[in-house]
Amino acid sequence: MTTARTTSGELAVHRLTSATPLDAATVDRFLGEHEIPVVEGDRCTFLWRGEADEAWVCQRIVGLPDRIAMHRVHDSDLWYLVLELPEGSRVEYQIEIRRGEHYERFNDPLNEKRSHSPMGSSSVCFAVGYRTPDWVLPDPDARPGELRELVIRSEALGRDAHVTLYLPARFRPSASYPLLVVHDGGDFLQYASMKTVLDNLVHRLDVAETVVAFTHPGERLHEYANSAAHSRFLTAELLPELESSLPLVGQRAGRCLLGSSFGGVAALSAAYRSPDTYGSLVLMSGSFVFTDIGNDHGGGPVFDPVVEFVNGYRAKPRAVADRIFQSCGVYEELIVPNRSMVHVFENAGMQVRYTEARDGHSWENWRDRLRDALSWVYPGPQKLYYE
Amino acid sequence: MTPSITLLGPQRRPTLDRVLSSLAVDGPVAVVNAGWQERESDDAEILALAGRQAVNLRLYSRWMDVLRADPEYAAAEREHRQVLDELRQLYLIRLDHALRAESAVTARTDAHAHTLAMASADALEAVQLLDATHLARVAQLHDDFYGTWRLEERGSIAGHRAEVGELLSTAQCLVVAGGHVGDLIRVLHLFHLSPHVPPRLVAWSAGAMALTPRVVLFHDRAAQGASLTEVFDAGIGVVPGLVLLPHARRRLLTDDVLRMSALARRFAPDPCLVLDDGVRVDLGPDGALPPDARVVGTNGLISEGTAA
Repeated sequence: MTTARTTSGELAVHRLTSATPLDAATVDRFLGEHEIPVVEGDRCTFLWRGEADEAWVCQRIVGLPDRIAMHRVHDSDLWYLVLELPEGSRVEYQIEIRRGEHYERFNDPLNEKRSHSPMGSSSVCFAVGYRTPDWVLPDPDARPGELRELVIRSEALGRDAHVTLYLPARFRPSASYPLLVVHDGGDFLQYASMKTVLDNLVHRLDVAETVVAFTHPGERLHEYANSAAHSRFLTAELLPELESSLPLVGQRAGRCLLGSSFGGVAALSAAYRSPDTYGSLVLMSGSFVFTDIGNDHGGGPVFDPVVEFVNGYRAKPRAVADRIFQSCGVYEELIVPNRSMVHVFENAGMQVRYTEARDGHSWENWRDRLRDALSWVYPGPQKLYYE
Repeated sequence: MTPSITLLGPQRRPTLDRVLSSLAVDGPVAVVNAGWQERESDDAEILALAGRQAVNLRLYSRWMDVLRADPEYAAAEREHRQVLDELRQLYLIRLDHALRAESAVTARTDAHAHTLAMASADALEAVQLLDATHLARVAQLHDDFYGTWRLEERGSIAGHRAEVGELLSTAQCLVVAGGHVGDLIRVLHLFHLSPHVPPRLVAWSAGAMALTPRVVLFHDRAAQGASLTEVFDAGIGVVPGLVLLPHARRRLLTDDVLRMSALARRFAPDPCLVLDDGVRVDLGPDGALPPDARVVGTNGLISEGTAA
């Protein structure tokens, strides 16, 4: 349960710490009565119980230290930290402790909420006002689309390229579908529930019935960092293959590239190399790192080709699509580069819809943006239905 | 003969049986529920409401049959739909700018009232011109398509047309349910219903819209935010001179009187008729609205009629 602050404004943890004596039974009762972290207005109280010399809450909110020290309650084994988290925030975190010379980092044992990614799992705190959208959860009324595996021998990439195709429910060869190509397709399916999201959004008429090609990278940091080979694969190999074998619109208005993080760079760079091909781009937390002078971008060698590309694009911007949906979490380091790109895209003559969320560089952030993105890029037929 | 026409609000709480009874319909009723698309055959409830002699014209199923039986026509129709969709997207780009201009001019207060009124009227006229030219372009594309493909001479279509005409010839009433208005318009034209409409016509939601000469799409509460209210296509035109707004209170920002006023002025002189839940409107001779019909006024307010 989530408790509200008392009318005096005193936080639950402060009421607890003022209790004397603070015995184990009192702590047990407190933990049993509260959902952890305790969310009271814009204050979130993180708690950990155990023996340690020090304890921290570790998170990646830009502007805050990566590790923030927790406070021990009197001489007990209970530790706490109160953080201000504005309405709508969603924060992934872990607990770190030190026992002597030994450090250990782990998910919050008092919080069952987890967020998953290829890097592992984290605990997650939902601040007041954040709710998991109902359209990311399986809906028995939504007719499921079909996933099909496809392998294309790519001369450009020099490997077999695996593609997972999503065909919407009621797929008909006599119809004509727009195409969405998703970078990091496996991760979008696994960590952003994207098949469920597509099934639901199509069912709710929010998004047009769409064929989706989930692509799977090889050497991701190479292929997605402004690689000519990757762009050639998308435009000269994948697109012709799909458009010759499926009932697709086959025109730029019906082609969209989607990517997050490095995948956003890959989408933008592919469209840059073929500016007449794609009508829309969805760029989520794009890794658009750039420098205004010099080469010290701080991102390490993997970012060198990205910075070179983004710097070049910013120097000579041009329209590479008709419309761009762009989003970023305000708790990401990439928030400043993304905000900086909005006007660059607009001034290049593209229509931009830009949204921010109080979230980080995470799959659930990208998942939560999918309705806004897809319903804007390929609006569903809501306007045509009058039951 | 002009049919007697009854328009209804959404049938979530069905009134069809009572309406048919009040119209003294006691013979065969032809039902169109093609707007339900592949759920067209889930028709037990609507047929029960329409009476013992009701028959589903199965226009959606017939359309699918035509597409299967006549691949050459199917390919041509697919291409025709793509062209129409392209034209629609381009119209929406132009409409977006025109509506923003109209809204911006109307919101200005820093000029002489007479000057503002002239500019506002001209901005609205630009929107109306855009709507009219788009509708004319769509009609021209349809004419070209039908002229090229001569549907009446294509075997599978001609066969279905004959069957539908036969069913309608014995019907006392045609009932057209809601659903996907685009598909409804398509099948009503494809199977050429307009010359065969029986003496009574009852329709609701998309079914009612598809009978008008100017179908206007609207949704102020769509997932991507308020969408542009657009002129879509011509229905079969047996319900003349009306812009129909089913589910108006659910789909429109009815409290935004400026927006609603712009809607009413844009489509004037055709009245914007509100078809909310429970509404029943019996049109008079030549499609005249009864005095108690709920319409959007040029002041942006919905008149408080008693049509129910």
